[in-house]
Amino acid sequence: MADSKDNLTIHINESWCKGCGICIAFCPKKVLGFNENGKVTMLDRENCIKCGMCQMRCPDFAIFLGGKE
Amino acid sequence: MNHPLVEGFFRMDKFPHIWCPGCGHGIIMASIARAIEKIGLDKDKVCIVSGIGCSSRAPGYMDFNTLHTTHGRALAFATGVKLANPELEVIVIAGDGDLSAIGGNHLIHAARRNIGITTICFNNNIYGMTGGQYSPTTPTKEKGTTAPYGNIDKPFDITQLAIGAGATYAAKTTAYHVPQMDKLIETAIRHKGFSMVEAISICPTYYGRKNKKGSVVDMMTFLKDSFIDVKVAEKLPPEKKEGKFLMGEFINKAEPEYTEQYDQIIASQKK
Repeated sequence: MADSKDNLTIHINESWCKGCGICIAFCPKKVLGFNENGKVTMLDRENCIKCGMCQMRCPDFAIFLGGKE
Repeated sequence: MNHPLVEGFFRMDKFPHIWCPGCGHGIIMASIARAIEKIGLDKDKVCIVSGIGCSSRAPGYMDFNTLHTTHGRALAFATGVKLANPELEVIVIAGDGDLSAIGGNHLIHAARRNIGITTICFNNNIYGMTGGQYSPTTPTKEKGTTAPYGNIDKPFDITQLAIGAGATYAAKTTAYHVPQMDKLIETAIRHKGFSMVEAISICPTYYGRKNKKGSVVDMMTFLKDSFIDVKVAEKLPPEKKEGKFLMGEFINKAEPEYTEQYDQIIASQKK
């Protein structure tokens, strides 16, 4: 990846998330979880290694790595 | 901020898509878009064709030239598109039922002709859209709404079927093994001639519930644990391969492509 990972962060589009839990279960660092609406939320941003596996396995395009805002 | 892939390759106004929670189809559709992005294809030079079924909704979401055709006939329409415009990169998205039952004949003949079409089969082992009827890839003894006591048919291995019919590129992957899927779909699109990638999807709503396969995560874990790469399998002792399915690249060979041969015939008669 050309972008330095320092400039990237996980973004979540909650309105597109269907709460299937794939990203949460297969996150290698277990930094994701469900929120009170049953949708994905970032629990531990510090320990996220920005590997992008959540983005790759999300069937709903609801979680992705993008630039910091 | 929007998903980078969605902004470039999808019809934003059609999202969120209507596939069920945990359906593997969205994962495979994203992989196709990533492969197209990686190769750097001009969006206007790509044509995505589908038939009918859950998987066949994909072209509605994808922002290319797209064609949503009749049940099983995606490859027949795609053959027409490719012959009329051989410079187009024609990609067919088809479900297991669409491709191997209703469209079984089109599959074997497209493979036999080695026409330059890339077929991505979204195999969820069931007819999802119409309510969970068993398909030609539903494993023996598994249930569907039309096989409430278990299916007595032997399932098709679509990859082997395509190879038997003469496909010059055939590979199998799963919705869990996304980095491998990206690579195989990219290779399939770059391949000259008929190429097919069978992507094993999951249908938690019908196949999963009917057969008590557990949650979405359980079904993904099954894919993770049950498939081994064909190259890895070669080196494994038989006991480690027991009950496992093979994935990866099964065939990749060069043979004359159909539209090129067709053009040569036309040129030879234009003296």
